Amino acid sequence: MSRILIRGGRILDPSVNRDEPGDLLIEGGVIAEIAANLEVPGSEVIDAAGAWVSPGFIDMHSHLREPGQEYKEDIASGGRSAVAGGFTAVACMANTHPANDDPAMTNFILDRALRDSPARVYPIAAATMGLEGEVMTEMVALVAAGAVAFSDDGKTITDSGVMRRVLEYSRLVGVPVIVHCEDRALVGDGVVNEGPVSTRLGLPGNPAVAETVHIQRDLLLAEITGAELHVAHVSTAGGVEAIRLARERGIQVTAEVTPHHLTLTDEALLGFDTHAKVAPPLRSRADVRACRDGLADGTIDAIATDHAPHALHEKELEFTSAPPGMIGFETAAAVVLDLVRSGELTPLELVRRMSTHPAQILRRPGGTLSIGSPADVVVLDPERRWTYDPVKGYSKSRNSPWAGETLTGRVVATLVDGRLAYHVDRGILLP
Amino acid sequence: MIGRDLLGIEDLDRADIERILETAEHMGEIGEREVKKVPTLRGRTLVNLFFEGSTRTQTSFEIAGKRLSADVVNFSAMSSSLAKSESILDTARTLDAMDPDVVVVRHGVAGVPKRIADVLEAPVINAGDGAHEHPTQALLDLFTVSREKGRIDGLTVTIVGDILHSRVARSNIYGFLKMGAEVRVAAPPPMIPPAIETLGVKAFTSLREALDGADVVMALRIQNERLAGSYFPSVREYAATFGLDRGKLRYAKDDAIVMHPGPVNRGVELSHDLADHRPGVILDQVRNGVSIRMAVLYLISGRRPSGGSD
Repeated sequence: MSRILIRGGRILDPSVNRDEPGDLLIEGGVIAEIAANLEVPGSEVIDAAGAWVSPGFIDMHSHLREPGQEYKEDIASGGRSAVAGGFTAVACMANTHPANDDPAMTNFILDRALRDSPARVYPIAAATMGLEGEVMTEMVALVAAGAVAFSDDGKTITDSGVMRRVLEYSRLVGVPVIVHCEDRALVGDGVVNEGPVSTRLGLPGNPAVAETVHIQRDLLLAEITGAELHVAHVSTAGGVEAIRLARERGIQVTAEVTPHHLTLTDEALLGFDTHAKVAPPLRSRADVRACRDGLADGTIDAIATDHAPHALHEKELEFTSAPPGMIGFETAAAVVLDLVRSGELTPLELVRRMSTHPAQILRRPGGTLSIGSPADVVVLDPERRWTYDPVKGYSKSRNSPWAGETLTGRVVATLVDGRLAYHVDRGILLP
Repeated sequence: MIGRDLLGIEDLDRADIERILETAEHMGEIGEREVKKVPTLRGRTLVNLFFEGSTRTQTSFEIAGKRLSADVVNFSAMSSSLAKSESILDTARTLDAMDPDVVVVRHGVAGVPKRIADVLEAPVINAGDGAHEHPTQALLDLFTVSREKGRIDGLTVTIVGDILHSRVARSNIYGFLKMGAEVRVAAPPPMIPPAIETLGVKAFTSLREALDGADVVMALRIQNERLAGSYFPSVREYAATFGLDRGKLRYAKDDAIVMHPGPVNRGVELSHDLADHRPGVILDQVRNGVSIRMAVLYLISGRRPSGGSD
């Protein structure tokens, strides 16, 4: 039986609030023992001196582009990029071509993942057929096939009546409905946050109120339907506040925020860099502040990347035509470590938002280092400095605003199901 | 210092602007000679890369280039790169392979000249990008005002119209502020960007207050078809509330000048009587445009290491 010993790290397990030095032994694919100074003859040793040893990160929000847009990404490349970023599982959005609105498509994604991806892949199914916002999908069959949530993501359901029925029906399957909250009419042709930056750039503004109006609508519908609502990539102070108040009123809502909305402002657009064009757009300093506070105080549950690969030639289009989105798996951990360095989150609380909470929201295993659980583990050196070069990364795409930047904090090793999937010195080792 | 490219007035300082205006004075003399041509840019290739039609601006750059003896090539790429499935940067790289010496870019989307400048060897002059900047228009407006008024410092300049969609407004706001003027903007609220005052201007919804004591009144063109019904109710209501006529102009100083970047929608931004009142200024703007573009071409091409300065 294969044994892997992760030695000398700082054990972080949010599921039991554990934060102490120790060695972690993996045996037969599961976590076998955690103790100080373990000696296990014949085991493969991973040196974790100075590093965090925690449950693998789980990304609730990504785009793997297969089937249909394999020139941007596929399940194999996306899965490799995920483990290189410390993610042992990623949930993928339904906006493939064709959309994941049919159990056969969900099966296809899971089959491909099993064959090609070192990370676990959790398909998110479309909430409406073809993401068209009209006819709801066969949620029972989709969940039976393996769908973990429902979402039309960027193709928001504009018809409030349809949204209400989708939320009501989702109670039958008891999985979250994930909403990308931007009121399309208020967004209009907006491509950057409406404010001083859009005024200077002369680019159409996308006002913060477009997000808050939509969040408010969906919170009210969640309240009357009793469904589980999950708000994707919150970006505005108004959105954070709306969710905070809804929670106080007892509405079942969870929320996520992206590394970029936690650390970048719309000033990143001042050179017209399309790599910083995302939806919802990068916002003001005050919005970033509110998102960070919301993450720290528990209003926002999870950090999710919204990893959205696009080809270089697409990002070279005019600013208004270039597709929104940035890749994020490989930079996420280093970027969000900023909140630990600033004292806003303890290491344990950061891991909770990267791993334990996403597992709980999606009702998947993981997010814990409890004995006997599948060994999905990440070893992260929070001090290691490195220069990010997307060309050397594992995604097929390179659309990152952090390209060329020196980042602090790097994944040393990622283990999935007890097997070493990635090591910083050895590259991808699975499948 | 004037940089390699001229992408916007935001990037310039007062000394840059003064230098361009001084140079334009000299260039203006060339246009008054019997032979309107000097050999300054002989052997240099000027490419007008226009992704959006603009006969006036393109012609102005063409005349400016020819008066300086440059070889002027007009490269029209009117269809969007999406339609051609070629990225704008590929278009720029293709052009770059033909070794132009200076490239003038006009595009309907903000930021395209900047991104082309990032990949091009040759310097780029922005001839208008979306609602971002139109630096040579602002320079010619500054030139016109300084000739009319003898100064810019301390003047009050009121810009009336679609500030939201106007590159002319943005470039003029930067330009007049840097030169020491007070700048006001006035428009129906939907056409005033919410953050406009962060640029250092004062925004008005009352035309009367905005014009009070103004030395310069600049009317912007309203794009009727696109905007009526969504940003203001109708052309008739716009003309009645924000269209300039002799009566409304009485709120400004007696010697106020009226400017317009053209082409004028008569009876909308400017009443007929006003458009004919002192047509000299608006036509001076056009005339000065050639001098300003000659000055900019001279100052930018003169900085090219390969070419040396004439």
